[in-house]
Amino acid sequence: MTGNPIYEFALRMGDNCLILGQNVSAWCGHAPVLEEDIALANVALDLIGQTRMWLGFAGEVEGKGRNADDLAFLRDARAFRNCLLVEQPNGDFGQTLMRQFLFDAWHHPMLKALAGSANVRVAEVAEKSVKEAAYHLDRSTGLVIRLGDGSDESHNRMQAALDGLWRYTGELYATDAIDEAVIGRGFSAIEEQYKNYTSKIFDEATLTIPEATFMHKGGKSGLHSEALGAMLADMQILQRSHPGAQW
Amino acid sequence: MATLAINPSIKDIWSWLEDVPDPEIPVVSVVELGIVRDVARNESSIIVTITPTYSGCPATTVIAIDIEQAIRRHGVEDVRIETKLSPAWTTDWITPGACEKLKAYGIAPPEKGAACAGALRAGTTIHCPRCDSGNTECISQFGSTPCKAHYRCKDCLEPFDYFKSF
Repeated sequence: MTGNPIYEFALRMGDNCLILGQNVSAWCGHAPVLEEDIALANVALDLIGQTRMWLGFAGEVEGKGRNADDLAFLRDARAFRNCLLVEQPNGDFGQTLMRQFLFDAWHHPMLKALAGSANVRVAEVAEKSVKEAAYHLDRSTGLVIRLGDGSDESHNRMQAALDGLWRYTGELYATDAIDEAVIGRGFSAIEEQYKNYTSKIFDEATLTIPEATFMHKGGKSGLHSEALGAMLADMQILQRSHPGAQW
Repeated sequence: MATLAINPSIKDIWSWLEDVPDPEIPVVSVVELGIVRDVARNESSIIVTITPTYSGCPATTVIAIDIEQAIRRHGVEDVRIETKLSPAWTTDWITPGACEKLKAYGIAPPEKGAACAGALRAGTTIHCPRCDSGNTECISQFGSTPCKAHYRCKDCLEPFDYFKSF
């Protein structure tokens, strides 16, 4: 562990929102139907707004004068603390949606619990974000059920997405010393809620959770999959090529 | 230290802010929407505390600028805008008068007391702002701005925006 656990924790929360928000925003103008295009852009916007709160807070805790933009655009992949799930590529619409659902199903109960945190700033940001996360979860839940229990084509795509992404979910609720310094030990409840909720929805969606139980980890400590580097290159190129550029 | 050129009361300042429209929904003011949380002043400056509606809503920045300009127009130079996250903004703070204006503008106002605190997939009946029918369906939880959902009336067949409970 390096530095202040609150700083590391705020980075984790903020980087999750940033990387997922940036990936989801790439759908703007490309979604399969207009309503989904608008929904994806709105979800991305909420996530980027939440990023600003978490990374702004992280910068204050760090105390080196870095703001949210500095942290977003001027760090290398190794310095990012997002979980591996959110950096997985958009793939097809099914994969984007499944990634969103697997994240939302964790994000919502996590924020709900953090709203009661002893750290006032953590509690404030969580209190603000949890209402947005509730709508995200509502949407992704409804769509996972409709597409999972839909046509053969949509079912197969959703099942393929679940098969590919489930292995990244263990990292969401696996806590370490940093998480525990901020959220205490009461968080085994999140894992239980996560497993109960996802299995209930997958039942309804006629989707099957893969039998293999191996879970990938590493993102929270800066060890990322190759997808993150390419995505950051795209996101950061302007600030890296023209440092301090404003428009 | 410079002192204020004029000497407005807190009540005066609130009344100035009542003339600042929401940039996306200009029929209602930022005060009616519950975005302005506090107005204070000292010898030299006016401090307005606002709260964001949605964390990523681009209108928040515009609202801060509009408020600052509205106060400057009355001759006050030193205006400070502060942002407060907690308690988080809720549609329950929108005034009854503003709800009427929203409806007249074609936006179904938020159902009171249904503010979303994590109650998922709740089946609240949303009434059509044009014909008042409760026979409506949700097309998408997300609409033209972060605060709105997209609905359709199954009686008069008009699509409409719903200012969603939050």
